Amino acid sequence: MAFPYYVSPEQMMQDKAEYAKKGIAKGRSIIAMQYQDGVLMVADNPSVSLNKISEIYDTIAFLGAGKYSEFENLRKAGIRHADLKGYMYSREDVTAKSLANAYSQALGTTFSQEVKPLEVEIAVVAVDETGPAGEIYRISFDGSITDERGFTVIGGRSEAIILFLKDRYKGGLPLSNTLKLCKEAMENVSGQNLTVPTMEVAVLDRNRQGRKFRRLTADEITELVNQR
Amino acid sequence: MDFKLKGPFQDPGSSFYDWLSAHHPDALPGVRIRAEENGNESLRSSMISHGTTVLAMKYGDGVIIAGDRMATEGYQVSARRIEKVYKVDEHSAIAIAGAAGPCIEMARLFQTELEHYEKLEGSELSTDGKANKLSQMVKGNLPMAFQGLVVIPIFVGYDLKRNEGRIFKYDITGGRYEEADYFSTGSGGKDARTTMKKMYQPGLNETDAVRTALEALYDAAEEDIGTGGPDLIRGIYPTVKTVTAKGVIDIEENQIRQNVERLIETRKRGT
Repeated sequence: MAFPYYVSPEQMMQDKAEYAKKGIAKGRSIIAMQYQDGVLMVADNPSVSLNKISEIYDTIAFLGAGKYSEFENLRKAGIRHADLKGYMYSREDVTAKSLANAYSQALGTTFSQEVKPLEVEIAVVAVDETGPAGEIYRISFDGSITDERGFTVIGGRSEAIILFLKDRYKGGLPLSNTLKLCKEAMENVSGQNLTVPTMEVAVLDRNRQGRKFRRLTADEITELVNQR
Repeated sequence: MDFKLKGPFQDPGSSFYDWLSAHHPDALPGVRIRAEENGNESLRSSMISHGTTVLAMKYGDGVIIAGDRMATEGYQVSARRIEKVYKVDEHSAIAIAGAAGPCIEMARLFQTELEHYEKLEGSELSTDGKANKLSQMVKGNLPMAFQGLVVIPIFVGYDLKRNEGRIFKYDITGGRYEEADYFSTGSGGKDARTTMKKMYQPGLNETDAVRTALEALYDAAEEDIGTGGPDLIRGIYPTVKTVTAKGVIDIEENQIRQNVERLIETRKRGT
């Protein structure tokens, strides 16, 4: 009987983590940031139809960075999770916290049990209808989950963007200022200009009736970016 | 070719109804009663709440959809202010007649179904697609219909591609039929249809369309014991919604009340 080569668990985990990180760093970044009326989400995404930002439920949105096919599967699983919960109980019982936990479990299990980890980094964001508080969860390829304050960045050179934003971020700014700050951060780190056609922008606006998620059109983005 | 994925993320398609049927069949509308539990007797109508008259009618801007507010159990009133008309998504609405419990549940499931599809696919289903999906759901309810739990919906949608309002009616087998001008169903459906037949004109304005809908429901309430008329003492009036390019909009209760009062005044004068 042939024995497989022994690989220490530490080594195996480290290799997997390195593999996943490399995959995620190849992509471009996505920022979620709180503004006056909710949460703004900005992605550097040249594709019009393959979205990185999408709606999960009334007050909840999903951001995915890394391998499209993999985070797309996670997105769909999230919508199913949310719709089932909302149908079985009530719309207000669908929470970002429970969804983020479900993602964390799924990613953690995949990371420890499968040969190939998922090369994704995702974020679950939510607005509170009644107050200024919002929730931003960032979930890594290994299932580790962090509850972020104010803003988060996933994918690509996220650490560099976070560093850039750390001193510049002020909570409760109007939409146009927040969008400009996100754009500035991405351009500063990548060293390239971010044009409107390559920007995917959406908001969770707490002042909207019913479903809070809304994508901004190219015209709206242009107007906001040029606003003084 | 088999593209089936394994594990927790296998893709079951974009239909919430199909997914629910496969994974949580117990959460589908209604209760599946086996024949031996039920005996030979089907559920008596006195045991189940029934909703009654609902109608839909085309007008200049789109479609108007309306319903009375009463539910009955046999000869008893079981509820005075239930809702039978539901907004399903931005451009469609559903009105339901039949056993109240499964009806309300089916409306809720249909709402989830359309929203689910829209979120997964990134675009709304076509109006025909929505109508067909509802047809499958009504068909799924057929075993219950044989036990007396009938669900008969009217589906209306504003078709953004054709720029017109559309009306679909259904039978218990899930048969789907498009109506050209107006339709009404439920126990008072025939009476409401008669009124609309006399008053309907293509391209009515909103005010006249609301008045016609209310006249039709009033006549249904007069002729049919299962349909509730406007309740002036408790202030309960029929529900009326418009489905147009602008979306699904509730006609305000105040406007409905004024219309109903005017209608009653006219009838008192003996026209």
